[in-house]
Amino acid sequence: MKDITYAAPRTLAETTAILNDKGDRARILAGGTDVIVQVREGRRDIDALVDIKRVPEVNELSYDPAKGLVIGAAVPCCLIYENAAIAKAYPGIIDAVSLIGGIQIQSRASLGGNLCNASPAADGIPVLIALEGVCDIAGPKGIRSVPVEQFCTGPGKNQLQRGEILMRLRFPSKKAASGAAYLRFIPRNEMDIAVVGVGVAIQLNAAKAKCLAARIALAAVAPTPLLVADAGAALVGTTLDETAITKAANLAQAAAKPISDMRGDAEYRKHLVGVLVRRALAIAIERAKQ
Amino acid sequence: MSKKLHITCTINGNATEFLCEPRNSLLEALRDELKMTGAKEGCNNGNCGSCNVILDGRLVNSCLVMAAEVEGRSLTTIEGVANKESLHPIQKCFLEGAALQCGICTPGFIMATKALLEKNPHPTEHEARHFLAGNLCRCTGYDKIIRAVLESAECAGKK
Repeated sequence: MKDITYAAPRTLAETTAILNDKGDRARILAGGTDVIVQVREGRRDIDALVDIKRVPEVNELSYDPAKGLVIGAAVPCCLIYENAAIAKAYPGIIDAVSLIGGIQIQSRASLGGNLCNASPAADGIPVLIALEGVCDIAGPKGIRSVPVEQFCTGPGKNQLQRGEILMRLRFPSKKAASGAAYLRFIPRNEMDIAVVGVGVAIQLNAAKAKCLAARIALAAVAPTPLLVADAGAALVGTTLDETAITKAANLAQAAAKPISDMRGDAEYRKHLVGVLVRRALAIAIERAKQ
Repeated sequence: MSKKLHITCTINGNATEFLCEPRNSLLEALRDELKMTGAKEGCNNGNCGSCNVILDGRLVNSCLVMAAEVEGRSLTTIEGVANKESLHPIQKCFLEGAALQCGICTPGFIMATKALLEKNPHPTEHEARHFLAGNLCRCTGYDKIIRAVLESAECAGKK
């Protein structure tokens, strides 16, 4: 690896000061599973790694049924799926954090890092969008909030400005009769990059017969993870019957603008969007009815 | 060249100090500075698991940890698995089951197996294969390795 410096600040203020000073010559180190490889392989040219894991705010992991869920940006996947209360309330997030990399990666990799790395195929992002996640960003001027679906701005690019750091992700409390799921397609059983990923979240009425709200988000079919608002809207007010689900799947397919590459051509990816939207919805509906 | 960092940590129960450059990975510090060459460099990008160590109870790829990050922390490497008198039961099962050929992946598999059995002492074959998905072997195929892992669980159960 090229010569770099390493800093391990203990406060948000110290972190934003370093990032403001160094600009894009510095990069944040949380789990390191992307950034260390990028710097080592010369794909990212920086002078400094800023290890944020001693900053308390980025390590917060808390769930309160009244206030919702907070996931600090550096919290590793393993701590999320080992938390019984979170696993029960947000199984859709557990789907995602349990299939990012292998066990060794899950010991280190964070959802915040997955988001900041801004891969179009990120497994962590679609379900965060579906669950109405909000990014809290700390910077020299204070804290601002951005919906997860607006955080990524292009492949490898995100909303963060000079001096800013993604501090945490926030989610609303789990709603009654709601369910979410994340599914991806890969040709192997484990350890691969999504050909297509689909995250969905739905809420049913008290009788669990009608859909009150639905959000569908896609990965690996556009330059950024994508919220397909009209696909979710097509389910609202329906009984989630075959016609409604077909309509939602078709709208999701229409919104997908995939590229063709070694993992799959565009037509194949579009087909997968339809299949995965149906399957993910089936899981989310099942969970909502439990 | 950036100034060297002085790191203090615990390795295999021993208080350890070493010097590293800020750009060094934990794997580089272990192998090049501390001369602990049990952890292997396979892919150096987090895919193969040959460099696995246990850091504060968690299985990690030491090629994806910066050496500077282990300040104040505790790690177990393959060198800390056997005691002075005998091999660890996992090592015995790998040896007796011929669960290796070239041996480069073996330290990583043994560390991963140790982490698995600490979490789940009686894994099913499916659970063992899932847990070890981040470890690659290019010689044996995985059947003998998985058999050795399941055998290790059985041996540990009998003790």
